[in-house]
Amino acid sequence: MDFGDSPDEAAFRGRLREWLVDNNPGLGASSTSDEYWEGQAGWHQSLYDAGFFGMSWPKEIGGQGLGTVYEVIVDEELAAAGAPPRPSLGYLVVGINHHGNDDIRTRFLPGIVNGRDRWCQGFSEPDAGSDLASLRTRAERDGDDFVITGHKVWTSYSDQAEWCLVLARTDHDVPKHKGISAFAVPMDQPGKIEQRPLPMINGVTREFGEVIFDGARVPAANMIGQPGEGWPLAMTVVSHEREPGELGFVSRYRKTVKELVKAAKADPGRLDGDSASELAWAIVETEMLRLHVSRRLSDRLDGINHGPEGSVDKLLMTWTEQTVGHAAVDIAGAGHDGGDDSMFKTYLYSRAQSVMGGTSQIQRNLVAQRILGLPNR
Amino acid sequence: MDVRLSPEQQALRDSVRQVVEHHGPKAVGQLDDDERKGKLDAAVAASGWRELRIAIDDSRQPLASAVEAAVVAEELGRALADASFVGPTLAADLRRLAGIDPAAGVETVALTTDLATLAPATGGSLDAAALAIDASGAGAALAAVPGDGATTLATVAVTADPVLVDLTRPGVVLDPGAAATPVEGGRPIGADDLTRWQALALALACADLVGVMRGAVELSTEYAKGRQQYGVVIGSFQAVQHLLADAFVLMEGSRSAALHAAWAVDALEPAEALAAAAVAKAYSARAARTVCETAIQVHGGIGNTWECLAHVYLRRALLSTDLLGGTGPNLARVLTHHGIGGN
Repeated sequence: MDFGDSPDEAAFRGRLREWLVDNNPGLGASSTSDEYWEGQAGWHQSLYDAGFFGMSWPKEIGGQGLGTVYEVIVDEELAAAGAPPRPSLGYLVVGINHHGNDDIRTRFLPGIVNGRDRWCQGFSEPDAGSDLASLRTRAERDGDDFVITGHKVWTSYSDQAEWCLVLARTDHDVPKHKGISAFAVPMDQPGKIEQRPLPMINGVTREFGEVIFDGARVPAANMIGQPGEGWPLAMTVVSHEREPGELGFVSRYRKTVKELVKAAKADPGRLDGDSASELAWAIVETEMLRLHVSRRLSDRLDGINHGPEGSVDKLLMTWTEQTVGHAAVDIAGAGHDGGDDSMFKTYLYSRAQSVMGGTSQIQRNLVAQRILGLPNR
Repeated sequence: MDVRLSPEQQALRDSVRQVVEHHGPKAVGQLDDDERKGKLDAAVAASGWRELRIAIDDSRQPLASAVEAAVVAEELGRALADASFVGPTLAADLRRLAGIDPAAGVETVALTTDLATLAPATGGSLDAAALAIDASGAGAALAAVPGDGATTLATVAVTADPVLVDLTRPGVVLDPGAAATPVEGGRPIGADDLTRWQALALALACADLVGVMRGAVELSTEYAKGRQQYGVVIGSFQAVQHLLADAFVLMEGSRSAALHAAWAVDALEPAEALAAAAVAKAYSARAARTVCETAIQVHGGIGNTWECLAHVYLRRALLSTDLLGGTGPNLARVLTHHGIGGN
């Protein structure tokens, strides 16, 4: 057992650290500033072009073909340098790579990995949240196309996206989980696709959106997987989304903690007993999560993958983010005086973590039933 | 980086599991079964696990890394093994650091009564009352003789009746002024080495806590699968499921931090090793309390009776929590490491 770098890993870390000296764009975090989204594409492409993105993905889709530990190193160094986290697109890559045919993989994956194409995820609907399988968006065959009608919500980055990964019902005569298919839908269809932002409680407008599909067309060749394979694809995607190692969120938390430590050192008077304790817990949990990710990624070497353990990881990630959020608002304040409110926004954003990618309550159900073997009633 | 246990470490874990499966206590009533207890102690003694931290040769390198010791500690904690391990391992490590031969019999360490640090002894006797921890079968305990920037060792005889807060690992109170006989030979232990020893003590306590949590979750999950109310097993209720799910997740997070702390003892610089141990200890001490309380809650009324093993886990967790400090002192260590506070 070894938490340390191998010689190759250490050399890679050194190269990345050196590169970051000149290439850190100094953006805020995705969760707190709309400016991040202005610069996100550039940051993604810059990381990719320098060979620091898609470390563990196959070479044929533009990845680096290395071990998952390299993703950890990237996250650690980005956090240490105060650089923005890497864009979290693993869910798309894994979902499409796992379920798409060669044509789909060849057409879509390189553009996702190299950051030239923007995507959003059309899963949730107003009446299909935790109960995703009850979704009502329809896709009906019309010649070589499918025609899509329905309403999607929580579609992050829908205003920027050229493509949307849409789950839609293609068969109404089978049980609800079996009649769903997945499509890569082009977003540029004026009059047939309308999207509008849903400002989050912290005021960020670009992370949440809703999309109305009103007769949008998608070529049948853009179906990902077989008809009815939408549900398995969704499960691949969401279990992937539950793994902090895939999302680069650890580096986001570490960046925040680093800033809080700096603020506390600069002005020790702002710490009282409670906020000192909040800060200490933020440090402890963030470090725990980093180590947990390392352990999980090592388990992958045995081929353990995307099982219910993702729910364990998601809960740990959520607890950590919300602890960091509490420290952020306790130490930096809510900005009542009209000053910098980025830490307040970080706090407010942390409330979303126990909902997105499956609520904490759903994760607990999964841990209890799929890992502990307690009965479902 | 490869954080998996090596095949040798897995084999070590399996051999501990085998021993405790045969000789560990399976019910509260068995804690008084001296014959069983004797067999467990004999098996642990024969295994050589208490000697993992003796010096391999004159180089002062330990026979095994702290990871191996943590693997043993975790499995013993999980099984509520009532044979000494952490105390003798810490004593062996002190002797190694001082360049002194291993003790002839079972020896543990003497801590201050708040368990925060090694008990100081000056002028041939203990400065204050102290506690020989994890003292089952131990005839002596090592105390610290503070010197000029370095520490030497003294032995104190362990003779009094045990105090059982942790029903599986008795402590023995050592009176103030008890004779502390300097251990001859060797060399003083420097500050860095003493820091590393602290990291080892915390890391082994964390490993024990992780094992205790795993055992407590297993015990209460099995109970929830069998206990029926309203005509169904209580484990089918979401309210109970969520308690157990949280307990399991807390245990997993603790395990990740505890493994790192064990690795760090021998792999990182002393200050970094202590910081890693403090992170793991703060996290796993808080987690263990929640997990053990959950175990009691899931057992309901039975969980509040002496005969239910749930409180044995809680009691064991409290000893490991207090060993070199629980959440408070370790959060303070973490802040100090980041340059905050320090007072």
